[in-house]
Amino acid sequence: MSLLTTLARAEAVRAGRAQPVATVRHRHLSGRPLVLVPLTAAGEAAAPLGAMVGTDRDAPVLLTVRQPRDRDLRFGFLARLADVVLPYLESYADDVDTELRKGEELEVCADAPQILVPSVPGVDYVRLLGRSMRFRRTAEEDPDTPFPAPPRVPLLGRWLTHYAERARTPGSSLLLAMTELLGRHWATGQSQLEDQHLGALLAWIRGGDPEEVERGRDASGQLLTPPAGPATDPAFDNRLLAKATARFDAGIPGSGDEIDALLASQLRPTWDAVWEGVTLLRELAPGTRVPDRWTGDRWSYTGHRDRLRAGEPPQPRRDDATTAARKLASRERAQAELAAGEALDDPLVMASRRLAGEAFAGTVTGVEMAMSEGRSPRPRPLVVLETDDEPYLDPGVKAHRVLATGKTQTAEVVETGADADGPGPRTVVLRLTSGMGRGKTPEEGSLPEPGDALCFTLFEHTARSGAKLPDPDDTPWTHGGPPSAAPADGPRPAEAPDPVTAEDFL
Amino acid sequence: MPPRALDARALAALAANPGCRRRALLDGAGVDKARLAEALGSPSAFGQSQFAFARGNSFEASVKADGGAELLRLLCRRLGVEPPAPADVTVPDLSAPGAAGRTARTALELRAAAGRGTWTLLDHPMLSLEVAGAAVYLEPDAVVVDPEGTVTVIEIKSFPILDGSADPSKVGAAARQSAVYVLALGAHRVRERVLLVCPKDFSNIPAADLLDVRPQLSVTRRQLGRLTRLESIAAALPADVTFDVSLPPVELTRSVESVPAAYAPECLAACELAFHCRGRARAAGEVMTLGRAVRGELGRLRTVDAVLDAAADPGPAADPAAAALRRAARLRAEALGVTV
Repeated sequence: MSLLTTLARAEAVRAGRAQPVATVRHRHLSGRPLVLVPLTAAGEAAAPLGAMVGTDRDAPVLLTVRQPRDRDLRFGFLARLADVVLPYLESYADDVDTELRKGEELEVCADAPQILVPSVPGVDYVRLLGRSMRFRRTAEEDPDTPFPAPPRVPLLGRWLTHYAERARTPGSSLLLAMTELLGRHWATGQSQLEDQHLGALLAWIRGGDPEEVERGRDASGQLLTPPAGPATDPAFDNRLLAKATARFDAGIPGSGDEIDALLASQLRPTWDAVWEGVTLLRELAPGTRVPDRWTGDRWSYTGHRDRLRAGEPPQPRRDDATTAARKLASRERAQAELAAGEALDDPLVMASRRLAGEAFAGTVTGVEMAMSEGRSPRPRPLVVLETDDEPYLDPGVKAHRVLATGKTQTAEVVETGADADGPGPRTVVLRLTSGMGRGKTPEEGSLPEPGDALCFTLFEHTARSGAKLPDPDDTPWTHGGPPSAAPADGPRPAEAPDPVTAEDFL
Repeated sequence: MPPRALDARALAALAANPGCRRRALLDGAGVDKARLAEALGSPSAFGQSQFAFARGNSFEASVKADGGAELLRLLCRRLGVEPPAPADVTVPDLSAPGAAGRTARTALELRAAAGRGTWTLLDHPMLSLEVAGAAVYLEPDAVVVDPEGTVTVIEIKSFPILDGSADPSKVGAAARQSAVYVLALGAHRVRERVLLVCPKDFSNIPAADLLDVRPQLSVTRRQLGRLTRLESIAAALPADVTFDVSLPPVELTRSVESVPAAYAPECLAACELAFHCRGRARAAGEVMTLGRAVRGELGRLRTVDAVLDAAADPGPAADPAAAALRRAARLRAEALGVTV
């Protein structure tokens, strides 16, 4: 947490209300997101208890498992979940654009489906659900399978796995947790740990008593605002759900509806809270670079669509070393791009980088034309800047700024004023080295004038891709060596489904 | 009120916040903090779902079934030795009156097992450990003594090992908890790796792995050693301090407040009294309520008011933290388009 955020938190304490830590929205928000609020049975690895899901705030679909340990009921739940989620996921598959990539015209989906869950454990639960479903076999795939899964359940598992995996990429927006989204844009007067409570977080932002939301219980000991899941409140399990489940197990008429109503009472407040968060976030204008990052998400969605269409087997349980290295490299690049992009989009984020000495803003006090030496001299003007910031500068350090055209201009620090260590403004002399076109005179708008306010960063604006990974045939032994075992061009062999025993819960 | 036994989980949590005298004293004195918190009007949110409880118990029972045959098979496979025939495993009866009695009984059986030259399984033994000058009784899930006399702690948890890996935070908690048991077995030849038994993937089949707890051991040993000795905490208190939950809340609060606490948001996950302490910390405007990390940035500024005053002060600041805050406030106002 940066000092600026700490200050915003302190201000939030005094004001009793959350304070902004962003002036624009830094994540893509779909016009038609799918909200998924899952609940899980306590003590089981991934036995769902119920879910509220859908794209219409006023018409949530309630799905319940009346007895989480009953395999048939659970499969019924997953099948109904697939019936709601898959048509949504597939509805974006056929509307395509073409984009030029490396000289090749490629098809990319014009938009992509977005799933919103209440909190970070919700993202983990999507991953877990995906893992529990994608290796299942349907009766059609394997007539001998002991407990065949409903037809579309394995497919849903593969989609959820893909979405959860994409969520690990910094700045991606296919699957987002509402607590993370809100926490990115507002600072509350409590700790980040406590911000994990969606209800309390919202109370800080829109007003209300966060502590009452977090802890308030009615006369019978039930939380007034149920937790955002997927875990339920133990008091709910012990005092309400356990009795209803016992009645259901005894076959008492109406007990199933009673369980449905109980679960709905736990899900609905969280469902409403997620949509309330959507409304709050829509009031913020998206950052300039948000659509670019969303393009990455569209490619990710399209790639998975293509893998499914090509009949590839489900994602393996564990990535091989090469895939892992590739994923890691791309996430590091995404992280660097996100950090730079957010700062360039948002003066409040840039302020944080300026405070850290990674950027500086100031006023131009002088511009002196100069040319490079050599056969064809190029303009290398000197710019004198006066700044109140305290960047870590040495002669020769590169600094970057964005031109009005959106292009990046790079400069080299020539001199930092002799007053560099004292208080008050300091002067920095920079030599512009790029972004001025090919001619002998700088292009229109690429040369600042005295009085202009400029902001230079010491970090690059686009992430440099790391060293290229070796060809598959040259894979080093550290990463498993060349994949000789795999058939040359054939499909990757599918992994076996999980062994199923009578004792299994899932 | 009978003293509430400390368990290893509580000890591990205690070691996580060794500066908290309140917790050290209340735990050391065996005060039921959940009831105390309720009497103070800030009931804790702790509790276990009976579903989770039933699941945990049924899994533990299935792992220990048949005289621990499956458990020993798992352990032997990990140790790379031949598992014994079920008939060759001794499972002694450890029942005895009282915690001290059970501890003595366990110690006796541990010594007997070490000289027996065969496998011994101790189901729910009782161990004791001196913490902050007082004895604490601990009950691991199981302890196995091999024919060479080496003792291995067994920890049975109901979170899954999925595709060969488990939730790191849960494994970490299990390791810290087991380290306390290993510490309590210090008088015996004890293995510094414990056997963690969990359900495999989504099934009820047990999977196990040896967990090296040496890092947790050294941390716990150091933290427990650092715990302020209880006598010195108690000596600093007024003579009439009592934690009788039947007292009126005002008096009880005064008693609790006479023992200094070190609240941090992490306490919420580990201490029954956390809501009470948080309320007091928030009322006092402590910056620690915003997270442990902020303390490092703020140096000597301990309260929200001090932070905001320092940020708003226009003059030059001698304190580097205050100077940084002043710049932060200026940059923040500039970015938000507010004039100061």
